[in-house]
Amino acid sequence: MTIETHSSSQSSAALPMRERISVRDLRFYYGESLALKNINLPLYDRKVTAFIGPSGCGKSTLLRVLNRMYDLYPGQRAEGEVLLDGENILQPGIDLNLLRSRVGMVFQKPTPFPMTIYDNIAFGVRLYEKISKADMDVRVEEALSKAALWKEVKDKLNASGLSLSGGQQQRLCIARTVAIKPEVILFDEPCSALDPISTAKIEELIDELKSEYTIAIVTHNMQQAARVSEHTAFMYLGDLIEFNETSNIFTTPKDQRTQDYITGRFG
Amino acid sequence: MSKTANALYAGRKRTNIIAMTLCYAATIFGLMWLTLILASLLINGIPGLSLAIFFENTPPPNAQGGGLANAIVGSLMLTTLGVGIGAPVGILAGTYMAEYGRYERITSVIRFINDILLSAPSIIIGLFIYTLVVLPMGQFSGIAGALALAVIVIPVVVRTTEDMLMLVPNPLREAASALGMPRSLVIKQVAYRAARAGIITGVLLAVARVSGETAPLLFTVLSNQFWSLDITQPLANLPVTINNFINNPDPNWKKLAWTGALIITFAVLSLNIGARALSKSSQSK
Repeated sequence: MTIETHSSSQSSAALPMRERISVRDLRFYYGESLALKNINLPLYDRKVTAFIGPSGCGKSTLLRVLNRMYDLYPGQRAEGEVLLDGENILQPGIDLNLLRSRVGMVFQKPTPFPMTIYDNIAFGVRLYEKISKADMDVRVEEALSKAALWKEVKDKLNASGLSLSGGQQQRLCIARTVAIKPEVILFDEPCSALDPISTAKIEELIDELKSEYTIAIVTHNMQQAARVSEHTAFMYLGDLIEFNETSNIFTTPKDQRTQDYITGRFG
Repeated sequence: MSKTANALYAGRKRTNIIAMTLCYAATIFGLMWLTLILASLLINGIPGLSLAIFFENTPPPNAQGGGLANAIVGSLMLTTLGVGIGAPVGILAGTYMAEYGRYERITSVIRFINDILLSAPSIIIGLFIYTLVVLPMGQFSGIAGALALAVIVIPVVVRTTEDMLMLVPNPLREAASALGMPRSLVIKQVAYRAARAGIITGVLLAVARVSGETAPLLFTVLSNQFWSLDITQPLANLPVTINNFINNPDPNWKKLAWTGALIITFAVLSLNIGARALSKSSQSK
């Protein structure tokens, strides 16, 4: 598959990378106002792509198009194409629930469901699979281990998910997402409500998860983007200004606006 | 501190004392009536309390003894039926308004009409059911009374259900949808769970609201001197019995009326305390 990017240069194009998601000429509207203007962007298989940019640049909006979360609200619509494994997920008739089981999402604020830790995980699994209690126990442990939470909660699986600390709650949400075996995971500023130690844990986790999942992360924290991602997209006022390998974006940005943003001159 | 500052401070302190005094006075004034009502209820109601109240039927005029058993059971039946009909309708309507129809124009219309219904005088609801059910059936009946109570229950439950579901944060719904959960399950498994205590509180408050209603029952169930569990016939109930007995010179009836009032008041009081405890326990979670 050819690689089409907004900025043409792709220095390590020698490595074959598969596009898991391809965003093509995406325009997004909140009512009448245009929030995303002709976005073209690839998300590579088993890589982390970071979306950075000042507030209101459209990075969260872009993320919410990828699992069509915007569909929950009236007056929001997207034009163009978003191909997931070659299938346009924006076309009418797409089963949204099925799509969202393939493209998981972790939110800014931890959102455990008002039920036990065990059920927080088992709940999503039960939606698409009928498995025995023993198998479910395995799945729950597997998911919690992947989210580096198992050791902390294995003795209180029947406690409420709301009884955990903020960082633990966020890892519970990640466990819940990986338990249903998605292909892509979207992170919407997953650490902005967390302390530095929890943030480090989540970042480590993202680094481990990318061996299995395609990951997109929206972040306000440029160091975080530099630490966790292979590719970075810099957005500004609804435009994708620059997309490139993270190391290039942070060392030799092509656009003056990217340069200004990453050096802290605005945003 | 300078002289003016001192004077200003003293002035503020004086205003403060006056305002505080007025607040306390207003509180005491309000509480005084409540205390007087409860005290007279206790003074007049307690002497009549006995086991017979719960096991014997309402006596004929100018007789001795007797109880309120048929009225208590009738009231329980009417309230259970009324809430049993009204609460599910109210919860479903409230769910539509907060979940499926949140952004629809019709929802604000429904909310407006519901608020009118919420403050409609209950006697009008009684007359409405009288025209709609009692006249066609040709007689007063328990079912007509239950329907009247249901009409009172519905707006209360609609309002609390909608309010409580609106309090459920949207990110929680998004998180559930993000797992690929269909809308109906998001509501049933996540939104209802998060709002459960509030919705139950709303239903309990509706129970409290209707258990003292007299006017709608006067036009619908009337009353019954005798023991009856037949909801197609007039049914004895506490509010109408109290209303009939208190207006009668017979001292035995008057005593029973006071005791009946005491029973209703304490039933409503314990319901309210229960509702409060419930919402508190869910807040601390």
